[in-house]
Amino acid sequence: MRLLRFLLIGVLFGIVLTKSEVISWYRIQEMFRFQSFHMYGVIGVAVIAGAIVQHLFKAGLVGGFDGKKIFPKDKPKTYTASLIGGTFFGLGWALTGACPGPLYILFGQGYWSIMIVIASALMGTLLYGVLRSRLPH
Amino acid sequence: MITLEWLTGTWHWSISGLLIALVLFLMLYFGERFGVSTSFQTLCSIGGAKRWSSYFNLDWKKHDWLLVFIVGSMVGGFLARTFLAPAEAMTVTPETLEALSDIGIQAPEVGSILPEELFGLSQGNSWLLLVLGGILVGFGARYAGGCTSGHAISGLSNFQLPSLIAVVGFFIGGLVMIHFFFPFLFTLL
Repeated sequence: MRLLRFLLIGVLFGIVLTKSEVISWYRIQEMFRFQSFHMYGVIGVAVIAGAIVQHLFKAGLVGGFDGKKIFPKDKPKTYTASLIGGTFFGLGWALTGACPGPLYILFGQGYWSIMIVIASALMGTLLYGVLRSRLPH
Repeated sequence: MITLEWLTGTWHWSISGLLIALVLFLMLYFGERFGVSTSFQTLCSIGGAKRWSSYFNLDWKKHDWLLVFIVGSMVGGFLARTFLAPAEAMTVTPETLEALSDIGIQAPEVGSILPEELFGLSQGNSWLLLVLGGILVGFGARYAGGCTSGHAISGLSNFQLPSLIAVVGFFIGGLVMIHFFFPFLFTLL
């Protein structure tokens, strides 16, 4: 039952990202070339509406499904890692036109060459895990 | 006949943004987080990567909800492409198409949202670019501690400074890739 919930939320996520075309390589090109408002609109509205959502939880106006208070977690203050890691991620996002969510969604749609990107992303993750102690954070 | 164009066409950005915030709400409401790239770490752990780094020394069962979410997103993508497919090719901004044709990439074909030149694997070296891009996505997302969902959506909407810095990094990387590396990389195709 617990897992079924997340399966259904995932289905919603997959449909929304497909129909808003944010999983398209071309939309990411438009975004990084500042030639379309679409991606900025999607992310902008999601952030503004998301801020209201998080405020409702933080202020205790809405609780979790089990009645407990929800505390959205703070991100670790590793600013150097955010900037350098973020830049690496941006390089890959622009090249493949897909961030992690869309990678899985595209795979589900039957774009089989995406498997190469997913397998490589796992290699990249492994590389990070191995180098982690030597990288600035 | 009832027309379903509002459902099969491109959804408006405001609707999509609100629905993504609904996904964020549901994830938090049911006691978890909204961040997809953590799954890379989880999948590496399942594959036995802890023998190489303690970073993968985690109990993957604590992330079972995330793995199920990902399976759901694949199903959602399949359903949307199968049953809600638009009749026409997606429209891309003309200026973008013009710039892309300069590096040998054509407009999307009907029923496809990815460029055949890069993802069709018909041209010899395109898989190399997919490997390079994938490594950058995986390495960068885990180094930064999150991707678009974890930093740009969850983090920014929770006013997290590390997330704002990560998003600045996303754009530095994205702009550098497109304006400096693209012209070179796509001659490899």
